[in-house]
Amino acid sequence: MADHPNTSLPEDRGYLSEHGFRSWALTMDHKRIGVMYIWTTLGFFVVAGILALLLRLKLLVPGPALFSDHTYNVLFTMHGAMMIFLFIIPAIPSALGNFFIPLLIGCRDVAFPRLNLFSYWIFVAGIAVTVGTLAAPMDTGWTFYTPYSAQTSAAVTALSFGLFLIGMSSILTGLNFIVTIHTMRAPGMGWYRMPLFIWAMYATSVIQVLSTPVIGITFLLLAAERVFGIGFFDPAKGGDPLLFQHFFWFYSHPVVYVMILPAMGIVSEVVPVFARKPIFGYKAIAYSALAIALIGFLVWGHHMFVSGMSTVAGVIFSFLTFFVAVPTGMKIFNWIATLYKGSITFESPMLYALSFIFLFIIGGLTGLFLGALATDVHVHDTYFLVAHFHYTMMGGTVMGLFAGLHYWFPKMTGRMFNETWAKSAWWLVVSGFNVTFFPMFILGMQGMPRRYAEYPAKYQALNVVATVGSWFLALGVIIMFANFIKSLRNGPLAPDNPWRGLTLEWQTTSPPPEENFHEIPTVTDWPYGYGSRNEAPRE
Amino acid sequence: MAAYKIYFVVWGALLVLTAVTVAVSYLNLGLWNATVALAIASLKAGLVALYFMHLRHEIKLVLGFAIFPFLILGLILVGTLVDAIYRF
Ligand code: HEM
Ligand SMILES: [Cu+2]
Repeated sequence: MADHPNTSLPEDRGYLSEHGFRSWALTMDHKRIGVMYIWTTLGFFVVAGILALLLRLKLLVPGPALFSDHTYNVLFTMHGAMMIFLFIIPAIPSALGNFFIPLLIGCRDVAFPRLNLFSYWIFVAGIAVTVGTLAAPMDTGWTFYTPYSAQTSAAVTALSFGLFLIGMSSILTGLNFIVTIHTMRAPGMGWYRMPLFIWAMYATSVIQVLSTPVIGITFLLLAAERVFGIGFFDPAKGGDPLLFQHFFWFYSHPVVYVMILPAMGIVSEVVPVFARKPIFGYKAIAYSALAIALIGFLVWGHHMFVSGMSTVAGVIFSFLTFFVAVPTGMKIFNWIATLYKGSITFESPMLYALSFIFLFIIGGLTGLFLGALATDVHVHDTYFLVAHFHYTMMGGTVMGLFAGLHYWFPKMTGRMFNETWAKSAWWLVVSGFNVTFFPMFILGMQGMPRRYAEYPAKYQALNVVATVGSWFLALGVIIMFANFIKSLRNGPLAPDNPWRGLTLEWQTTSPPPEENFHEIPTVTDWPYGYGSRNEAPRE
Repeated sequence: MAAYKIYFVVWGALLVLTAVTVAVSYLNLGLWNATVALAIASLKAGLVALYFMHLRHEIKLVLGFAIFPFLILGLILVGTLVDAIYRF
């Protein structure tokens, strides 16, 4: 970057030129809609994060403290439900996906811009209902298992409709992306010239469209049971409480790949750029995304091993669960092979991408411990499970999201952030994360159950470690956001292509003009030809 | 007018099938009650998809997208049955 950063306001702010509430609320520009999703989802990341800090604070001591046990249950329900439904599921697909799919495939907008805006607003409507009912308060846990959820006086019925709306938004966004990717690619961009982020988003969208209706209907059945007394899940009326779990996980397992695949897509973009090497195993990475999407539909029963499901089903689901790790492992090997002998530089996007690889290996492998029938009987519903899914979701998806936010910040805002601050934030986030969540693996192995407000005193030491870790993690996140917000106003102006990337979004201005490209580019090659001899030198 | 003819024919078929559903509900077929009702409903949904929603004249890709969810439906049925049938 230049020695004398120019921070004065440029005349041309591209798609950001217009101001005022209406220019955002009624926009059909995919970039503006993406930005609205970013603010919304990150807002809930902060809210749900504060709740998590409160939970950790309580767990400093084994006995009663701070608030009642019931409040503890409400707080972990709100934390989980908000993090999952309002943050991590939409965070990458709806936010960065909306902003970057059209830019990466070289078109002017998504296929159905009006539908896109509609998706955003029903998302907001769903949020209003969901947050209202969660705060009402709700203490079922984010999984809403029957029979408790069918009997409690908490506002589960209203919540069902809130989640239904959010699901609808998710389906429509997925549909929009599928059609966009099929029909709007720039001239010359065949399937194998698409950036890998696009492959990942395609697989993600397929899962969203196929699995989300199941959860929508499940919640309608739950509402029908509560309101009309129809016995879908109540054994006294001929129903089956496990049916709820089957339906719930038939959605919620595939949806963990809605969370992780886009993050994997971001890593596939960032790693070759900062290693200055062509991506290794392009087709393997592309098809493994589809394979993960498909196999992800076959394994939901691994959440139900100890819930009373038949042993035959347990054995089959355990067996199938191991298959899903194969395409996941393929991706990891391909990224590492891409790094091999690259000219690697460690700017903040790359640091987060490498953290993703490291942490997700731990998260994924511990998933196999849980998927092994016999081991799971021991660690199910302990802190081991909590550690597993935080390593996949926070260590995986959130690191991928942070990589993407840093990587694309210059493109989205037209400004650079402060790299020194970004690096300090990264240190705190990654070390704080490990200090918080690694002890939970040990606690889980020792038998500490999850979702209890109080615990036997012998577990206290590691709980204190975890709580202190959460403060470092929080500090890191605060610094990261502060850096972003400060740079929004007076960061140095970003060049069009600060990282020397070859994907199409770097060929347009930062920030991009309203319709993305002054002239639609023609594609003649895949976007990963890094490291050729005549590459432009780093500034 | 001729181009619309097929829509009227399909509409007629839907009405007839509705009448059949109502008529059958007066017979007591035991377990078959639900089976017959669902079979007729599926047939009607199929007609709507093929003609009113133009699936018959779509390219293969779109047809594939329409058929794929049935595999997913099959999956959920098989998965839950493997549990329910072998449970003690
Ligand atoms: C190699 C890939 C993975 C495998 C084999 C795997 C396996 C498992 C298994 C067997 C369980 C259930 C354990 C139990 O209830 O006793 C589980 C729970 C969970 N996993 Fe994974 N997993 C994988 C990746 C992921 C990813 C990528 C995410 C999300 C980004 C994720 C999120 C979760 C969550 C949220 C739960 C806990 C749900 C709850 O009960 O509250 N997993 N995983
Ligand atoms: Cu799962």
